[in-house]
Amino acid sequence: MAEMIFAGFGGQGVMSMGMMLAYAGMLEGKNVSWIPSYGPEMRGGTANCAVVVTSDEIGSPFVTDPDVVVAMNLPSMDKFEPRLKKGGLLIYNSSLIEREGGRDDIEVIGIPANEIASELGNSRVANMVVMGALLAKTGVAKPESVKDALRKVLPAHRHDLLPVNEQAMERGAEYVSKDR
Amino acid sequence: MAKQLMKGNEAIGEAAIRAGCRYFFGYPITPQNEVPEYMARRLPEVGGVFLQAESEVSAINMVYGAAGAGARVMTSSSSPGISLKQEGISYIAGSELPCVIINIIRGGPGLGGIQPAQSDYFQATKGGGHGDYRLFVFAPASVQEMVDLIMEAFDIADYYRNPVMVLGDGTLGQMMEPVEFKEPKKRDLPPKDWATTGAKGRKRNIINSLSLVAEQLEEHNWKLQKKYQHMKEHEQRWELYKCDDAELVLAAFGTTARIVKSVVNQLREQGIKAGLLRPITIFPFPDKAFAQLPDTVKAFLTVEMNTGQMVEDVRLAVNGKQPVHFFGRTGGIVPTPAEIIAKAKEIMGGVR
Repeated sequence: MAEMIFAGFGGQGVMSMGMMLAYAGMLEGKNVSWIPSYGPEMRGGTANCAVVVTSDEIGSPFVTDPDVVVAMNLPSMDKFEPRLKKGGLLIYNSSLIEREGGRDDIEVIGIPANEIASELGNSRVANMVVMGALLAKTGVAKPESVKDALRKVLPAHRHDLLPVNEQAMERGAEYVSKDR
Repeated sequence: MAKQLMKGNEAIGEAAIRAGCRYFFGYPITPQNEVPEYMARRLPEVGGVFLQAESEVSAINMVYGAAGAGARVMTSSSSPGISLKQEGISYIAGSELPCVIINIIRGGPGLGGIQPAQSDYFQATKGGGHGDYRLFVFAPASVQEMVDLIMEAFDIADYYRNPVMVLGDGTLGQMMEPVEFKEPKKRDLPPKDWATTGAKGRKRNIINSLSLVAEQLEEHNWKLQKKYQHMKEHEQRWELYKCDDAELVLAAFGTTARIVKSVVNQLREQGIKAGLLRPITIFPFPDKAFAQLPDTVKAFLTVEMNTGQMVEDVRLAVNGKQPVHFFGRTGGIVPTPAEIIAKAKEIMGGVR
């Protein structure tokens, strides 16, 4: 059972990240749910989504004490780090967040997602760099399932973006394995 | 058919189309906008009509017209918009016409907010508009169940010649879950020989809710009541979860029931024998479910995203045999498992 929160600025791809992971979980035959925060704030504001992936029945789809938090910007880290379960995992975007985690009862990984994405020539795949790292750390879904989900979710005329997304995931996975 | 990951609101649209709905009239309001958006895209593909009216009042009267002509028709809105539609809904119920109405509830009263709530329970189940009428009301708790019930709702509407309302909340509309579209069990439906399809030689059909002769109007009311009574006898639906040996039964519908299901499991881990009674139809209210509960039940706790509405129906069903407690959050706040557990422990501490 994995209860996760993905949070960041509108536009950083946190909603699609969560959706992709839910899709991948579904393709693996698991029960999944995805709930977006929705409100009057949108562009430039903060956005987050709650994702549950489990082989059990999903009772509450709301995530109050997440196992995993992905924070793409500082306000998101400030908001969700305290809610993590003891022993949980915080992955944050160290390209935009200067402070380190403030808790010693969780695992914390900073990943320079924007820098890595820029090296790949597309700053918009920063979310997929983090996705790669998340999958490598947690095994919540197989990278192949996320790649399949991407192929299904991206419209055909956007399939030229598949390779860079896949590279981003691989770079994210590499980053956390060499880091350990 | 393979499962698809769909947003609740879009799944509503697809379920309606698969159930043969070809007409949708509506007016935008958060948090249900993906329903009209989806219908606007999909209905023309299947030869149907999507029309955005100039107001909710207009939209519901278009539904009235289409239903009168025998079409499968749906409208959708959220709380303030549903209030605007009440006059039309009363006319449709009075004229005994089938249609499906979706309410993706947001916090009220007034314009309220846009976050999830269940504060339209009274409005949905006790009539809503003027006059002695009832809607048939489903309260699904997942995207899959919402799809299944909407596909059935059109048949039920036709069967009873009565509007069917499906109640969701902002969460159910906005969330994504895997769904599968399965053919619902078919009902034997009578031909719509009352529809205004052009008389063409036959006796003309008149659809009207005006009845100035009191005796006739009373008779019409008793006929409607008979229909509601039939629903009460034959259509109640509910889910019992871990109630076999329960001492505390939590009653909750829709999204809240999902949270309560998790609460039941956590309470049991902590040694409190809890169970969940989840109404799936909220009109007819499943009072038969209470007769199935074991003698071990010492108390009830109703949990809602409002200040206490369904709890009144629970109290009527329990009929004073056990105490019925209430816990609610409102205005768009979703209750957390921790606060429900605290309330449950407070109750069980008291009865022990």
